[in-house]
Amino acid sequence: MSEELEQYNFDFHHETAEIVRDGSEELKIKIGEFAGPLDLLLFLIKQEQANIFDIPIAKITQKYLEYIQIMKKLDIAVAADFLVMAATLIEIKSRMLLPRDPKAVEEEEFEDPRQELVDRLLEYEKFKSAAGMLYERTTIEQAIFTRGEIAREEISLADMIKTLKARILELGEVNLFEFFEGMRSKHELVTAFIAVLEIVRTETVRLLQKTTFGDIILRKV
Amino acid sequence: MEMEEEVQAIERTLRSPAELMTIVEALVFVADEPVTSRVLADVLEEDRGAIEAAMEELAKEYEAREGGLQIRVIAGGWQIATRTELHEEVRKFLKTRPSAKLSLASLETLAVIAYKQPVTVPEILEIRGVQSATSIKTLLDKRLIVAKGRKEAVGRPMMYGTSKDFLIQFGLRDLTELPSIEDFEDLVQ
Repeated sequence: MSEELEQYNFDFHHETAEIVRDGSEELKIKIGEFAGPLDLLLFLIKQEQANIFDIPIAKITQKYLEYIQIMKKLDIAVAADFLVMAATLIEIKSRMLLPRDPKAVEEEEFEDPRQELVDRLLEYEKFKSAAGMLYERTTIEQAIFTRGEIAREEISLADMIKTLKARILELGEVNLFEFFEGMRSKHELVTAFIAVLEIVRTETVRLLQKTTFGDIILRKV
Repeated sequence: MEMEEEVQAIERTLRSPAELMTIVEALVFVADEPVTSRVLADVLEEDRGAIEAAMEELAKEYEAREGGLQIRVIAGGWQIATRTELHEEVRKFLKTRPSAKLSLASLETLAVIAYKQPVTVPEILEIRGVQSATSIKTLLDKRLIVAKGRKEAVGRPMMYGTSKDFLIQFGLRDLTELPSIEDFEDLVQ
């Protein structure tokens, strides 16, 4: 299965990746997150300061393969899509080495083997830029608050435990039905329930229920 | 009975523009989500044009006052929100941290869906050059995208499009507010 990795933290304004050779000539790598093989290719083209309309395919292919080798060495799962691109690059490279059909050149039918890849890169880069625009928008939106959002702002489990502990300490006991009724959302209710379980597990409290289906009381021992 | 109705009708039309402004302000303030002029018009049994005029006037007032709040049009509805510049103080008060941002892969997938909708998974793969199943799941979980039915093509793949929540979370009036995808071409090289 080829799935992109989701767990990396990503900063749009940071260099996504870097291959550095230190003094001892040992190859070191700063792994960034590449959204896919096209992203890696664009990075390598930029790094080589190459013209996207005249990609030095041999050089870029070599760099691309080097990169994949490093990823493998570092035991990073190389998505199948990256390997598909490696095969595409090698194919283009070999087609570039073939002598051109003189007839085709004359009739201007000759198509650059790189053309399809260039088109894909240009198309992809537009969406990469659009993703950057969306990123900028979320940054702005995170600075704006509305009442709806505040109401939806959920209390954390740690805070819920703190609140419940404070209530037990203050009152000696808490009626859980009343406690749960104060919750504003399903999510908060679940958090409250887990908080109760956690407190029963970690603190010296006791759960009491005098009658079947009766009120449940959380009491300090 | 008929007369009573008539009286009520007269009463309704008696709301002055200034009165209407105070009422719509209160309603937009208490709303959980952006409220459309149509909803306000229905509730208040007023003309949609009158509601829009009142909201626009109110927005101007907010603008002129340069207070802590602003009126915005999001997902086709009106919204009262805090001003961007105040984010530090508001966040400190609410004790919240900015929510986790989407990964690069998810943002890219979202961009493709936003601009190409309704779009299928194979079509997204074609543009991104990488499988996007994880990202699509993330975007569905966050309700930023929704399934838009199946495409009449081989395998009848599911089509996806952006949701109302997408407009709300990205602060967009509607999809046309997104810059044209061709505008990004200038940035290339």
